[in-house]
Amino acid sequence: MEIRTLVQLGIIGLTFFMLINASAVLVLAERKIMGFMQQRFGPYLVGPHGLLQPLADIIKLLMKEELRPKGADKWLFTLAPVLSITAAFAAFATVPWGAETTFFGLLEQPVKLGIADLNVGVLVVFAITSMGVYGIVLAGWSSNSKYSLFGGLRASAQMISYELSYATALAAVILLSGSLSLREVVDAQAGTWFGFIPRWYLFLQPVGFLIYMVAGVAETNRAPFDFPEAEQELVAGYNTEYSSVRFALFPQAEYINMTTMSAVAADLYLGGWHGPFLPPEYGWIWFLLKVGAILFTYIWVRWTLPRYRYDQLMRFGWKWLFPAAVINLIATAGLVLYFNA
Amino acid sequence: MPETLVFYLLSGLAIVASALVIGQRNPMYSVLMLIASFGALAGLYIQLDAPFVAVAQIIIYAGAIMVLFLFVVMLLNAPTEDGADWDKAHPLQLPAVTRLGSMLAVLLVIQLAWALMEAADINGPVAGQTGAAAVSSVRQLGRTLFTDYVFAFEATSVLILVAMVGAVMLARREGERS
Repeated sequence: MEIRTLVQLGIIGLTFFMLINASAVLVLAERKIMGFMQQRFGPYLVGPHGLLQPLADIIKLLMKEELRPKGADKWLFTLAPVLSITAAFAAFATVPWGAETTFFGLLEQPVKLGIADLNVGVLVVFAITSMGVYGIVLAGWSSNSKYSLFGGLRASAQMISYELSYATALAAVILLSGSLSLREVVDAQAGTWFGFIPRWYLFLQPVGFLIYMVAGVAETNRAPFDFPEAEQELVAGYNTEYSSVRFALFPQAEYINMTTMSAVAADLYLGGWHGPFLPPEYGWIWFLLKVGAILFTYIWVRWTLPRYRYDQLMRFGWKWLFPAAVINLIATAGLVLYFNA
Repeated sequence: MPETLVFYLLSGLAIVASALVIGQRNPMYSVLMLIASFGALAGLYIQLDAPFVAVAQIIIYAGAIMVLFLFVVMLLNAPTEDGADWDKAHPLQLPAVTRLGSMLAVLLVIQLAWALMEAADINGPVAGQTGAAAVSSVRQLGRTLFTDYVFAFEATSVLILVAMVGAVMLARREGERS
């Protein structure tokens, strides 16, 4: 086998490994940050400063008994968590996370850091993310429980409502860059204006970025939009009847979806791996920092804002967020036409 | 060779899934089978060198429309479809209507077969043929859609808008003014 193929397989493996670890790190980060925001220490007993807590959680979940309610649909009940986690992993396949590199002259031809570079990469991420909702909806339906069914119903309505705003915000960035490939969008953001402002689309699309973030929180079912789970109303929503590994796959899928959302946001709005001080070979450090910052914002928002009411969620999505996204798109299109003509 | 194998796998999956949509009684499984069929179609589009059409197929049909289907099925929560009495007395079950329907179905199959036989150079790969760029590149596809086929495109959008307004009118109850 060629060394190039091996390196590319290595990159795929590394991406997979990082995603799995991202979910473990995020579980810990969420509890630690929550703890500090509530003037507590968070998990502290397992390992130094509670660092090994995710490992203990995983072992505990693996040891639990797998239960299935009597009236549950046998096939769909098993399929739902698998569908969730598969969509979560697959969505990352077209997200690039670093510049082209030869690994310090090890290879003759540079390789791209990231799994696949398609000419419709942005849309592929969006398409696969939108398939993830089936996992939640089917889990809710197949459990044969009222609370789960409500969770699944809410998930499908919420996803449909916020996907529109999400896609419209993405379209504005695509208009600016003139390409559907995520790598080309990132490379269009290289360099600076006036020598010190980075050419990030964040500065051209501040409204678009806000809409993307809000819709992203709703798409990943995070508070203040965590209606499919809504502990205080629906016990645990769509995953009420799940236990053991099947249960563990749902939060894991949620954390991986968060990571994908943040990585796409870093690529589309924050210039991906472009940044000052570091040579291009180390651009992935910038990328990780940006993704980390967005993920921190996600957690920060969750523990700061209370949950909305369900009708407020629908009204906000259709009457405020979507019109704002459409106006943003039309304004962007007009300006692009004006400056390109 | 592997391409041919993938083609037969995907088309087989599409046909079997479509047959199962009407072939079994649980509406939930019907919806899922339809999604599987759409997924297989998207794979076929990729084989035809049309990645944008494939992704649009997933986003619009499998991702958006089928979620609404699922929503409705869950809301009604009908576990199985059983042949109720009103179902057997339905006007569509009359012998004459059934015969006309089967005749139309046979006609459709003949038409499809005829179209496939008549179509020139159907055996070659898409890439390299005339108009191949219009399928594989998003830029070309958009340009063709908004110049050569702009009337059909706009007419379709008006049609969908009319359907949407009609649905809203039907959903609004009598005497309700808001």
